[in-house]
Amino acid sequence: MWDGFRLILLGIVILISAMAANWARDVAYQVHALLILLIASGMFYWVLRNTGEEARPSAPLGHYMDGPVRAGVIATAFWGVAGFLVGTFIAFQLAFPVLNIDWAQPYANFGRLRPLHTSAVIFAFGGNALICTSFYVVQRTSATRLWGGNLAWFVFWGYNLFIVMAATGYLLGATQSKEYAEPEWYVDIWLTIVWLSYLAVFLGTIIKRKERHIYVANWFFLAFIVTVAMLHVVNNLSVPVSIWGSKSVQLFAGVQDAMTQWWYGHNAVGFFLTAGFLGMMYYFVPKQAGRPVFSYKLSIIHFWALIFLYIWAGPHHLHYTALPDWAATLGMVFSIILWMPSWGGMINGLMTLQGAWDKLRTDPIIRMMVISLAFYGMSTFEGPVMSIRAVNSLSHYTDWTIGHVHSGALGWNGMITFGALYFLTPKLWNRASMYSISAINWHFWLATIGIVLYAASMWVSGIMEGLMWREVDAQGFLVNSFADTVAAKFPMYVVRGLGGVMYLSGALIMVWNMWMTIRRAPEAVSRNAAVPAE
Amino acid sequence: MDMYSTLREIADSWVLLGLTLFFIGTVFWAFRPGSRDLHSDASAIPFRDDEPRCQNACPDCTCKGAIAALEERHDV
Repeated sequence: MWDGFRLILLGIVILISAMAANWARDVAYQVHALLILLIASGMFYWVLRNTGEEARPSAPLGHYMDGPVRAGVIATAFWGVAGFLVGTFIAFQLAFPVLNIDWAQPYANFGRLRPLHTSAVIFAFGGNALICTSFYVVQRTSATRLWGGNLAWFVFWGYNLFIVMAATGYLLGATQSKEYAEPEWYVDIWLTIVWLSYLAVFLGTIIKRKERHIYVANWFFLAFIVTVAMLHVVNNLSVPVSIWGSKSVQLFAGVQDAMTQWWYGHNAVGFFLTAGFLGMMYYFVPKQAGRPVFSYKLSIIHFWALIFLYIWAGPHHLHYTALPDWAATLGMVFSIILWMPSWGGMINGLMTLQGAWDKLRTDPIIRMMVISLAFYGMSTFEGPVMSIRAVNSLSHYTDWTIGHVHSGALGWNGMITFGALYFLTPKLWNRASMYSISAINWHFWLATIGIVLYAASMWVSGIMEGLMWREVDAQGFLVNSFADTVAAKFPMYVVRGLGGVMYLSGALIMVWNMWMTIRRAPEAVSRNAAVPAE
Repeated sequence: MDMYSTLREIADSWVLLGLTLFFIGTVFWAFRPGSRDLHSDASAIPFRDDEPRCQNACPDCTCKGAIAALEERHDV
């Protein structure tokens, strides 16, 4: 009965995607229709061959449901390397324009590879890390298995299908040209379905928890999931030109559209890259340090202050634009107040090591988490400074912004994710520890020096170009042409590219280490000897 | 008044006041008397459950029957 229903549903999907591939108005839409056709046909065949078979339980009872977490850990490592590779390549494209490759136009153009890089690192690497760690953490802190059975698998595969469609779409020229929200309408609708399923799994698990209290990490994860759902839907309100084509027209126009975009954009930073990753921090730092969080009270205040303030900070992206001054000032003031909860959270994370600081010497995973908190503190100090109108008049549109974003993304998000992956890999594959501790050390130093090269070169380049743009002579004429600033930035661009190479090499060492851990490392002694191996 | 001005006025007055009070309330709530034990208990959550607790769902579950028998005898 259920199999028959599934076959009918898949048949309809196959029919519609075949029609869509036939009538497609642009290449991106056609490729996506063929992709769906292929996946749905494969699933149809699989369901058909397994009709009448008894369904296997997704994980043995008495254990947490870790299948989707394992898959998520692998996907995080894969997309991380892919995203860092594209990022390093486009960094060198800026230094050496010949790398745009004439014969590969328009596909290898910087303009198409740049959203591929940002989406790969934020949504593919960061998103998979958030989904798999939140599934891991919510089960352990609720003392219950994931709600919804195979819905967690749908979230994993559905989210990665979204990433593949977004990435191929950019290369083939499908974009609604909203920064960090580039995917077109049908990809947005698909993500909405996947995201609501994610919310259902997460919330369902919290509701059936066996623990009285909802641990603070879950508050942060939940705020991240709910807010991203709201931001995504509002910022992507658009009308498709044709249901057989990828092009759509935005519902908002002019300054309203700009404000909606940066309300989305800054809260993508605030809730995706901050609240979600703080959820990781509040679980993995105490676990790795072996001590409870420094102050639970502070974590509650940290949570509410962050939630209340972040949502207002968006207008600081629109200083000196058509946006009314009062709105820009409001965004600026809230950005500055945000400094306090951000540093409260950083202090709470760092002080968790109180009495265990000696572990910094022996445990490179703890060191990664500490450097990540240090970068969190640095970038959440730099951000409010840059949101001040006078500073922004110098920093806006320069490489300073790029440096700021990367000190947060590579330093805070990247390092805490690496720490979580090193924590999770031995646990999930039942290994005593990571295969090579000295490889973690290498990764740590390569990544840290890479970030320092990146951020420092972008500070120099950004401030230099900002000052060059505003330099006027005695008669009031501009001294430098735009091309002069581009030429002057060349050495800094090479240094930035080298920083990227180091960061990427660190990630490759991590992937090798994870592979060897899963394949070669000795098994951990089972805690529960009576349970037979699967 | 047009919708923008109406919403703006509500947002500028009652909603602002309500949100501010709610926020201050959460801070006081965190510091309320008796929260210390609760918080130290909550901060130990990550160290407790390496395996899920009993879901009363094992195929050979005997807990349900035992609980039902106890309830019948009014022992619980």
